[in-house]
Amino acid sequence: MAKSLGIQHYQMSLGLKFRRINWSLVLVLTMTAMIGIAMLYSAANGNLDPWASRHAARFGAGLVMMIGIALIDIRHLLRWAYGIYGLALAMLALVEIMGISGMGAQRWIDLGFFQLQPSEVMKMALVLALARYFHGLTMEETRRLRALAALLLLVLAPAALVLRQPDLGTAVMLMLTSAAILLAAGVRLRIFAIVAVAGLSAIPLAWQFLRDYQKERILTFLDPERDPLGAGYHILQSKIALGSGGMFGKGFLNGTQSQLSFLPERQTDFIFTMLAEEFGLMGGLTLLALYTLILIYGFVIGLGTKSQFARLVATGVTATFFVYVFINIAMVTGLIPVVGVPLPLVSYGGTAMVTIMVGVGLLMSVYVHRDIEIPRRPPV
Amino acid sequence: MLAGGQFLLLSALVGRLYYLQVLQSDRYVMLSDDNRINIKLLPPPRGRILDRKGETMATNRHNYRIALVSEQTNDVTATLDAIGLLIPLSASDYQRVRREIHRKREFVPITVRENLTWAEVARIEVNAPDLAGVVIEVGQTRYYPLGATAVHITGYVAAVSEDELTGDPLLELPDSRIGKNGIEKIYDLALRGKAGNSQVEVNAFGRVIRELERNEGQPGDDLVLTLDAGLQRYVSARIAEKSASAVVLDILTGDVLALASSPSYDPNLFTNGISSEDWRALLNHPRKPLISKAISGQYPPGSTFKMVVALAALESGLAGRSHEVFCTGEVQLGNRTFHCWKRGGHGRMDMVDALEQSCDIYFYDISLRIGINRIAKMARRFGLGELSDIDLHGEQPGLVPDRDWKFANFERSWQKGETLIAGIGQGYMLATPLQLAVMTARIASGGVAVTPHLSRRALTRNQDDGAETGPVFASMGLSPASLAVVTEGMRRAVNGARGTARRARIVEPDMAMAGKTGTSQVRSISTAERLSGVLKNSKRPWEKRDHALFVAYAPIHDPRYAIAVVVEHGGSGSSVAAPIARDILRETQRRDPARDGSLERIAAASDSSSG
Repeated sequence: MAKSLGIQHYQMSLGLKFRRINWSLVLVLTMTAMIGIAMLYSAANGNLDPWASRHAARFGAGLVMMIGIALIDIRHLLRWAYGIYGLALAMLALVEIMGISGMGAQRWIDLGFFQLQPSEVMKMALVLALARYFHGLTMEETRRLRALAALLLLVLAPAALVLRQPDLGTAVMLMLTSAAILLAAGVRLRIFAIVAVAGLSAIPLAWQFLRDYQKERILTFLDPERDPLGAGYHILQSKIALGSGGMFGKGFLNGTQSQLSFLPERQTDFIFTMLAEEFGLMGGLTLLALYTLILIYGFVIGLGTKSQFARLVATGVTATFFVYVFINIAMVTGLIPVVGVPLPLVSYGGTAMVTIMVGVGLLMSVYVHRDIEIPRRPPV
Repeated sequence: MLAGGQFLLLSALVGRLYYLQVLQSDRYVMLSDDNRINIKLLPPPRGRILDRKGETMATNRHNYRIALVSEQTNDVTATLDAIGLLIPLSASDYQRVRREIHRKREFVPITVRENLTWAEVARIEVNAPDLAGVVIEVGQTRYYPLGATAVHITGYVAAVSEDELTGDPLLELPDSRIGKNGIEKIYDLALRGKAGNSQVEVNAFGRVIRELERNEGQPGDDLVLTLDAGLQRYVSARIAEKSASAVVLDILTGDVLALASSPSYDPNLFTNGISSEDWRALLNHPRKPLISKAISGQYPPGSTFKMVVALAALESGLAGRSHEVFCTGEVQLGNRTFHCWKRGGHGRMDMVDALEQSCDIYFYDISLRIGINRIAKMARRFGLGELSDIDLHGEQPGLVPDRDWKFANFERSWQKGETLIAGIGQGYMLATPLQLAVMTARIASGGVAVTPHLSRRALTRNQDDGAETGPVFASMGLSPASLAVVTEGMRRAVNGARGTARRARIVEPDMAMAGKTGTSQVRSISTAERLSGVLKNSKRPWEKRDHALFVAYAPIHDPRYAIAVVVEHGGSGSSVAAPIARDILRETQRRDPARDGSLERIAAASDSSSG
């Protein structure tokens, strides 16, 4: 106990922390972002503007922010976890109330210089809150069903608010990421089964929450022939682009589906399709390999840490990253319904970039502070 | 376990990519080309129709129209409503568009309205972003500068009807027109040309990015007719007041120089769709303007048939030039009396006298001597009773009766009285004005089997080379002496002291014509009627009056032009048809560039005066 107390109070100098940053992961992230910049250049029919240049600038800014977060002591993060979560939940409630009170339905809060999306903040806030929650439970308590009651509230409250916005993609992401953390924390599979059954039985209830266009998307996914020119059009065009790309693709700037605008949202949700059209299966696999590498970094970092909190944060961030990649690619290849989830580091869009880089920052903080042990019940 | 699950799911993505990009690639390559490549048919300009001197008889003019591509439209009704706010659309336009959308392939533009004004084109263009699938097209409209003057030759074009679709994609284009009549119909394929196509790359909004490939079609051939448009105008005007038709042939070549039928109608009414009341008016007109009487009208040839009877007699050797008959004005056959047109009779007639004065009794006599079958055989050698094979649709064959024909159609044997009647071109005998002109041309050419045509193509279409050689017609094998009797008779019928058409002769000696009058009855005159005095033609109702006919050729010294004129229920051939033929033949010869030494003299005179 005394030994752990000693390490608990151990302080690293900023210089040392900086040197402990995993620079090879930064390299992999940069390579991934480079692919994004190249594809955004192509999406603008061979122009840096409007997307490629700004994407590069955002990634640069994101890197700086990531390093800043990496330097924050993991114990501070533990201490602030519920606070950040509470703030995020309050903001979610605020946009909901703003929608009801007639100030206009919107998903963001205008901070003047930046439009803050509470649902995005919630992604990482929930990871922190869940990590802290399980960090505070013993293994015995974790296995007990009663402990999950409060937890369910922790997850369902923000998920319900996000679903009402309506933002199906984010709601699904919150649930899936939470599930990954629960699994990593040691919640028994039996309980998962119970929750899964409960979740399934809640589908009719959830259906009520869905807007018409979301219902339409799911129905169209289940039966693409329903509406080939409407909602089914996007996914059909995406599949045509992918399929016609073949093994080696049509060449940079030569994707006919993308360049001739048959492919919708090619700079955001469907950018993977564009890559796979212009560079073929080889291009798609290259990007998937980079993502896999990033995920491996995430797992290895999680395994190499000494506290439950840090391990769960690493797991949560990695799971979030995975969910982004999987949902996006599964969607554009027609495996799941169309949900608006961007491809990390590649899709154009500031919000997702911030979320990803904050997440990577948390992961990096875990890595930098990997040797710090934190007692399961921290002093309050 | 978590990591394992994630890698499993990522493997599923790899598998999916492999499935789409390798296994299904061919299918999606095709779909992507379908997306980006549009194939547009390029309609070739329809060939012009020109007269022998190069005057335009049918040509193309610009026509702006608005069309709808159903596959590019979300909601056809909504789009039509939107168009309707900009330009007036009728309920029938709506119906027609909807019907055509069902009938045609979804990428074929359907014409909504044609002949837009500039203001209407501008209104559509300005609102184009809100009108998905709506395109303005510039088409070509057929235009006939001669209008009603030559419609029975040019025919007209109109929208393709369903049973005319042959699989030629050109016919499915919205503005496609097909020849419905006349030259436009019979030479439709040559005039139509071959469709080209243009492969263009388009983006998702249908905007054309670039042209990938272009195959120019083959424009329709220009068609040069044998017709003389100037003469046609003259002939049309000359018969305009009557229900009549006239045909002018070049005896040496068989060229149709003029072929007119009256009343007529304007083919330009049809190119943009004729209104139903206009159509009904044409259809129900008592004088039948839609019919080309020159080739479809069948009339008893009357006395114009007498040359054929004379030739049959001469060639048979049963009656010669000097065969004489005394005409008392009537003749008995069994218990029936047959009359000459001239009460009191002509007196002593030889064959030339009989032709000059058109003595019926003389021809009764020689008809009985030679019999109906010899007459019919000779008639067929002159092209009567069969199609001339002229390059026009709707020609009628006429009728040359003989014993077999009578038995086949009535199961009764031929009567001698019927031979008499046939001998003066009455009874069952029917001929078209074109056939009468051909008959005259064959006589005037010295027994050459002249056949008529409107385009040299008609002569060369079965040959390998399309060389414009003049036609070579076979000799009919008639003796020159026999022909000389008949031509002398025709000369005197116009120019002789007792000629039936003496008043209509051409006085200029180098243009003088030879001819034969004909006045054919459309009803039989009963004995009672004859006793009480036959009503004058002009006192009878129109449809009971006689047809007036005249056939002729000119000039006598070197025959070049043959003509047939038929005025339906016009009265007597000598007083009604002959003057028309005279005027036309004189005009025809006046226009002949070969005989026109005068043109050179005028030119020389003006040169010397100005120089």
